[in-house]
Amino acid sequence: MKDMDDKGIPRTVPLQSATFTNPINAEIRRAAATGIYDIRGGGAKRKVPHFDDLLFLGASVSRYPLEGYRERCDTSVTLGTRFAKKPIELDIPITIAGMSFGALSGPAKEALGRGASAAGTSTTTGDGGMTPEERGHSSKLVYQYLPSRYGMNPNDLRKADAIEIVVGQGAKPGGGGMLLGQKISDRVAEMRTLPKGIDQRSACRHPDWTGPDDLEIKILELREITNWQVPIYVKVGATRPYYDTALAVKAGADVVVMDGMQGGTAATQDVFIEHVGLPTLACIRPAVQALQDLGVHREVQLVISGGIRTGADVAKALALGADAVAIGTAALVALGDNDPKWEAEYQKLGSTTGAYDDWHEGRDPAGITTQDPDLAARLDPVDAGRRLRNYLKVMTLEAQTIARACGHNHLHNLEPEDLCALTMEAAAMARVPLAGTSWYPGKEGF
Amino acid sequence: MQTYDLEANGLRGLNETLQAQNAETNQTSWEVVNPKGSHAIAVGLDAPIEVTVKGSTGYYCAGMNQQATVKVEGSVGPGVAENMMSGQVIVDGDASQYAGATGHGGLLVIKGNASSRCGISMKGIDIVVHGNIGHMSAFMAQAGNLVVCGDAGDALGDSLYEARLFVRGSVKSLGADCIEKDMRPEHLALLSDLLERAGSDAKPEEFKRYGSARQLYNFDVDNAQAY
Ligand SMILES: Cc1cc2nc3c(=O)[nH]c(=O)nc-3n(C[C@H](O)[C@H](O)[C@H](O)COP(=O)(O)O)c2cc1C
Repeated sequence: MKDMDDKGIPRTVPLQSATFTNPINAEIRRAAATGIYDIRGGGAKRKVPHFDDLLFLGASVSRYPLEGYRERCDTSVTLGTRFAKKPIELDIPITIAGMSFGALSGPAKEALGRGASAAGTSTTTGDGGMTPEERGHSSKLVYQYLPSRYGMNPNDLRKADAIEIVVGQGAKPGGGGMLLGQKISDRVAEMRTLPKGIDQRSACRHPDWTGPDDLEIKILELREITNWQVPIYVKVGATRPYYDTALAVKAGADVVVMDGMQGGTAATQDVFIEHVGLPTLACIRPAVQALQDLGVHREVQLVISGGIRTGADVAKALALGADAVAIGTAALVALGDNDPKWEAEYQKLGSTTGAYDDWHEGRDPAGITTQDPDLAARLDPVDAGRRLRNYLKVMTLEAQTIARACGHNHLHNLEPEDLCALTMEAAAMARVPLAGTSWYPGKEGF
Repeated sequence: MQTYDLEANGLRGLNETLQAQNAETNQTSWEVVNPKGSHAIAVGLDAPIEVTVKGSTGYYCAGMNQQATVKVEGSVGPGVAENMMSGQVIVDGDASQYAGATGHGGLLVIKGNASSRCGISMKGIDIVVHGNIGHMSAFMAQAGNLVVCGDAGDALGDSLYEARLFVRGSVKSLGADCIEKDMRPEHLALLSDLLERAGSDAKPEEFKRYGSARQLYNFDVDNAQAY
């Protein structure tokens, strides 16, 4: 296009709308052609205030650091000290979040178990029950108790090292699971007592309790069935973190798991992923506040998830008061999800490395989010498990590096005082001062 | 016959004792007195024993039962026999919400009425209710049989999968994707067996059968309003 028209009159520059962007228009056309909402995997892709908006202050004249490689900086954490006879002892405060067999292949579940066990941490089942592979390869396995109750049985419940009652997920607080027909193989169908090949939408509400008073009785029942041995976690999608944490504590939870909106999912409506829930950064302080107000901070442990990627993220979550974090997406990337080596295949599927999120279609070139035996065979669970272990170790080393620089001999000694915020939003959400000031929004005085 | 006084000795002791029974036990017959509406009575059992509760119970009585026969000489609160795997649970009185929820196997008999969401998400259990059932019963029911000798409330079998529903009386309304189906000889035989085991003298011929129309199994834009 020339700058001028035939008559020599300058043209205006074609301007893309900030409202009707190309992705928005493409979605309008897709919706118009199909009549159904877009479904995808992964978490919120929009930019929201996150851990990147926080910085550590490090040691200075008034604080002295620990010697980087010489001095001890512990990383262990015990989850479930409130009521369980056998709390879970982990070497590192990074756990593997619940991801179902069905969403993930058998080898991928095995790899998660191998990697987590080698790094001294726990892994978690998901919507669809417990497989022998994951029980066999996970030294510590958390059993999810979900609204669908697919594959739920007392024998597996008693094999678990902890039980996680799933009230919600950060990617879709208020929504149920989804597994489309392509992934309902014979084995998945049998485990879930469903016909093969159907589009499975699991319930969003537990079938036999509603509200915190019922939840308290449900927790009593689960404890009676498991002889008060194992910790009971309550997982919620971040929406009303203060009240949800308080109610989970009141209902008798040992551990509260709070999952922010960047948290991944195997398959959900895009509109749900992008428009419902709170950013992870916004839910930690209110949850910690609830624990403190009830006098149970550190007695009821807080696990934070949703967009945790690095040791810095881990250190920041812990500094804000969490006891541990959980990772989903990052663990899949460590196994090999969205690896550039599959770029040609991502292109064929209309995507590209880093953006591939059609996990619900079961055609994952990396062989992770699939039930296709040929694709699943691409993932070697031993190699992938080793990569996950390495990655978990690196995150731990990174978090230790930061903690030592701040003068702490345990990751749990990190505190909000070690942090400042780069933006007003992050300062308000994390309740730490804006960089270079001693103020954050909502704090009185200067 | 072993007798356990729940009021005097507490819930923990009851469940610990009953769960400790195994196939070789000779203490096969138990009586629980003074239940007084307590929750989680006789949960997680896994032995061929018979437990009789002398009175009414709270939530989740006989939850996740395997092998055992639990009889309640009274009424039960929400979630009786939830997620039962095998065995039998027999309630003389009425049942509150979610009776037999997500049950995978075994037989649940309610001699009175059952409230809403009876058999919700059932996955293979057989449930026989001598009286009526409330609304949203058999919601998302996946497998097993629900037999109702009285009437059913609104939205029976909403979003049903492969469970079979048999109702003798009226059905206030059917839920999405639930339709009346033909009663074939194999269904009459199944029903006759269930009614006999549940101690009901209703005749199989008096029932109508309902099941999934299977229209919502895979998304079709023309059915969008049904979701
Ligand atoms: C493939 C996949 C499957 C998931 N399946 C489940 C599930 O079955 N149950 C559940 O509670 N959360 C599930 N989640 C959510 C994770 O447990 C966790 O909350 C989330 O992944 C954390 O955020 P992150 O992915 O940013 O680390 C799943 C996530 C992914 C990526």
